[in-house]
Amino acid sequence: MNPQLFQLICFYAFGFVTVAAALAVITLRNTVHAVLALVLTFFSTACLWMLADAEFLALALIVVYVGAVMVLFLFVVMMLDIDQEKMREGFVKFLPVGLVVAVVMLVEMLGLIGVRAMHAQLMGADPAAAAGLSNTAWLGMALYTKYLLPFEVAALILTVGVVAAVALTLRQRSAQRYASASEQVKVKSGDRIRIVKMAATLPAEESPVPLQESKS
Amino acid sequence: MISLSHYIVLGAVLFCIAVAGLFINRKNVIVLLMSIELMLLAVNTNFVAFSRFLGDVSGQVFVFFILTVAAAEAAIGLAILVLLFRNRSTINIADIDSMKG
Repeated sequence: MNPQLFQLICFYAFGFVTVAAALAVITLRNTVHAVLALVLTFFSTACLWMLADAEFLALALIVVYVGAVMVLFLFVVMMLDIDQEKMREGFVKFLPVGLVVAVVMLVEMLGLIGVRAMHAQLMGADPAAAAGLSNTAWLGMALYTKYLLPFEVAALILTVGVVAAVALTLRQRSAQRYASASEQVKVKSGDRIRIVKMAATLPAEESPVPLQESKS
Repeated sequence: MISLSHYIVLGAVLFCIAVAGLFINRKNVIVLLMSIELMLLAVNTNFVAFSRFLGDVSGQVFVFFILTVAAAEAAIGLAILVLLFRNRSTINIADIDSMKG
């Protein structure tokens, strides 16, 4: 079989799965199923990127998105007790508006693309292979030289994101009792016991009024 | 043979599906967040296709940065969602109206 024809067949297969899974994401009733459909969307998109010779990004999409972000989504969806039926209110009401906006946008975009596609712009040769590098090396060369500062800023953004997520969800429960280790270590014998000087016996006090009169 | 317009059309279709998802899931914040992820995916697909077509590495570098920022955004968004559910016991957008915006 012609390898280019095979590539085209693969593109259509992955593209069909991507679009079908994306439609499932926005229409499925159960949120857990929607998250799983989004996982399928990401996976088939990664296959499409692999077809475009973007191997590093395709694998990063699977590792970062499917492996981390989608698991976080699943975790939150399963942790929150969501009333599924209430979430569906307004689905039919907003369906015509959503469809009209989406279809008009799609027609406009496809019109623009169609005008340009008359020239049949074929994909050229793999630029990384032309430079004699693998895709990862090609990307890394740019990332660690020209884009070094943005790369560091991206790392900073991730750190800020982690700190913000923890700071937002950290909860101090006042009802709970903690044993503070530093307080325990700092304590001295003088803090625990106090010796009070007092006489061994005290004289009995006389009652100021007789008991019978106080009753009336 | 795969041409540039194949990828752009796919990106456009994905983006429009995500826009429709924003409209029809007006109640569920989680599905709204997932629609935003779909939009970012469509944009990233365009970046990858143009990077390959023009032979320019900048497109793929930008996809890398978008992935980074989107991961941080998803983490903070879900943290806010957990906080919201803890305080209001709902993630229905119609019930989140204390700011009367």
